[in-house]
Amino acid sequence: MEEVRFLTANFGRYDTSSISSYMNIGGFSALKKAVTMDGEDIAALIAANKVKGRGGAAYDMGRKWSQARAVKGKDKVIICNADEGETTTFKDRELIRQDPFNLIEAMIIAGYVMGATDGYIYMRAEYACFRPLLLSAIRQAERYGFLGTDILGRGFDFHLHLYSGAGAYVCGEGTALIRSIEGKAGRPRMKPPFIKVSGLFARPTCLNNVESLSLVPHLLLDAEKRYAALGTEESRGTKMVSVAGNVNAPGAFEIPFGTPLGDIIARAGGVQGGRRIRVLQLGGASGKVQAGTDEVLDTPYTYEDLAAIGLTVGSGGILVVDERTSLIDFLRMNQEFFSEECCGQCTPCREGNVHIARFLEKLQAGTITEEEIGLMSGIAEVMSRSSLCGLGETAQNTLLSAMRVFPEVFTAGGASHE
Amino acid sequence: MISPNEQPLTAERQAQIDGVLEAHDFDPTQIVGILLEVQDLEPLHYVPRPTAYYIAQKLSMRVTNIYDILCFYDQLSTKPRARYPIQVCGSIACRVNASERLADTLKRLLGIDYGETTYDGRFTLERITCFGACDRAPAVRINGHVYDHLDSEEKIRALLASLD
Repeated sequence: MEEVRFLTANFGRYDTSSISSYMNIGGFSALKKAVTMDGEDIAALIAANKVKGRGGAAYDMGRKWSQARAVKGKDKVIICNADEGETTTFKDRELIRQDPFNLIEAMIIAGYVMGATDGYIYMRAEYACFRPLLLSAIRQAERYGFLGTDILGRGFDFHLHLYSGAGAYVCGEGTALIRSIEGKAGRPRMKPPFIKVSGLFARPTCLNNVESLSLVPHLLLDAEKRYAALGTEESRGTKMVSVAGNVNAPGAFEIPFGTPLGDIIARAGGVQGGRRIRVLQLGGASGKVQAGTDEVLDTPYTYEDLAAIGLTVGSGGILVVDERTSLIDFLRMNQEFFSEECCGQCTPCREGNVHIARFLEKLQAGTITEEEIGLMSGIAEVMSRSSLCGLGETAQNTLLSAMRVFPEVFTAGGASHE
Repeated sequence: MISPNEQPLTAERQAQIDGVLEAHDFDPTQIVGILLEVQDLEPLHYVPRPTAYYIAQKLSMRVTNIYDILCFYDQLSTKPRARYPIQVCGSIACRVNASERLADTLKRLLGIDYGETTYDGRFTLERITCFGACDRAPAVRINGHVYDHLDSEEKIRALLASLD
């Protein structure tokens, strides 16, 4: 498989504990270039490369930055979402671990573009081991004048803060994450007001994923337009994916968009014991599923091709489950995750998760009726439409897509069919 | 109200907590990070009530808000745990790689179930949803450290023996 190093170009090339080492490989030249440009042109550059947010929602990033720029207000905030909580997702972990200074440079550029005065990195507690690395990187950037007041003599002030989560998946949701940084329990709230207008400390806020941000310095320095030449027309460039489950060499790596799913799995060492794939789940616990058929494995990893077979890129996680695990066991394990992580605030998600878990139990026992199967999908639909936040809205993505892909399992006495 | 079986803060602990608060600029918005650090000052990795009250006072926060946070986040505990709380990942990527067998082996070797503590206060067994080490499955996390590829009883025994 073709190896590309665009987003990961700096991996292993500098001492991550030293700013001078980073500068020796050209670190902060993207920022120096950025401050000579108009912020709108930087947003336009991102839009021209058709970059979509890499946290899961795949929102047009250039547009997001443009909108955040347009919001009036002097005390805007940039947040980096490093609360990578989706299962099978650990690509941001590698970006933080192997290229922390690039992330910091990206945050400063984002601050410049949006006209923000403060940046916050919200990192999950499970990654606390990288806290000293990031804190030291921030302190060094301050000493070198890349953070603080009058950055690079451009009269632009920007301060960076590092906050920790404490083990709550729901804090990956924008409003919950904001409450957590405000020093509260991370319960999501109703929107509007949208965070771009009233977010952290009621200030206009722009929230971006680690990978989305990390891409920006590389794009700014991409004079030969190498990025746009990779991938497809609609899904340009490259993507970080993390592959785990029943594969021989699980890991996080960069692929050009358009790489067939089967090749990505082969890069992760192939399926353990050469077994048949029972189910593939893309995008973490809230992701959708497909069977391991040739047609699916030949599908190029792009937004458009995955959508055509009912999948999404989501968080970039790719879970491979082989034939030793039944589909119902898989669904029950996935359901346990949401039953545990639901914050309990809104009725559809709190009650829905309990009932879906019970129906799955009955499905496994072979005691479920046709009527109950209908009820199960009905509850899942209600959850996706009426939950308070993204957690409840996406919690049943896996089940609903499994019902479409494997209808034979969802019949009265389902378990006996497997 | 401090229950009779809870020791009041020692001068030493108070000084340590002050150090943590100072490192966080006495900033109440940083309460989650503060509680995580303070919790690890305790040999049994939890936030005792006197500590919660003391922090509330120092940061001019309501005690109820501190407890709202302590109860909300999985990584914070109001109950004594153990010197080595063993967190087993319950996510699918780990479970299809024999994390259940790892958990069963731990339960058998330690004689405890999830949520219980060994008689000597060394180990508790906790199940958590995912700690982002899917590529190192099956793994456990103990006091912030990930121990990976625990796929045999020998490795699990060696790990337990290595912890004091």
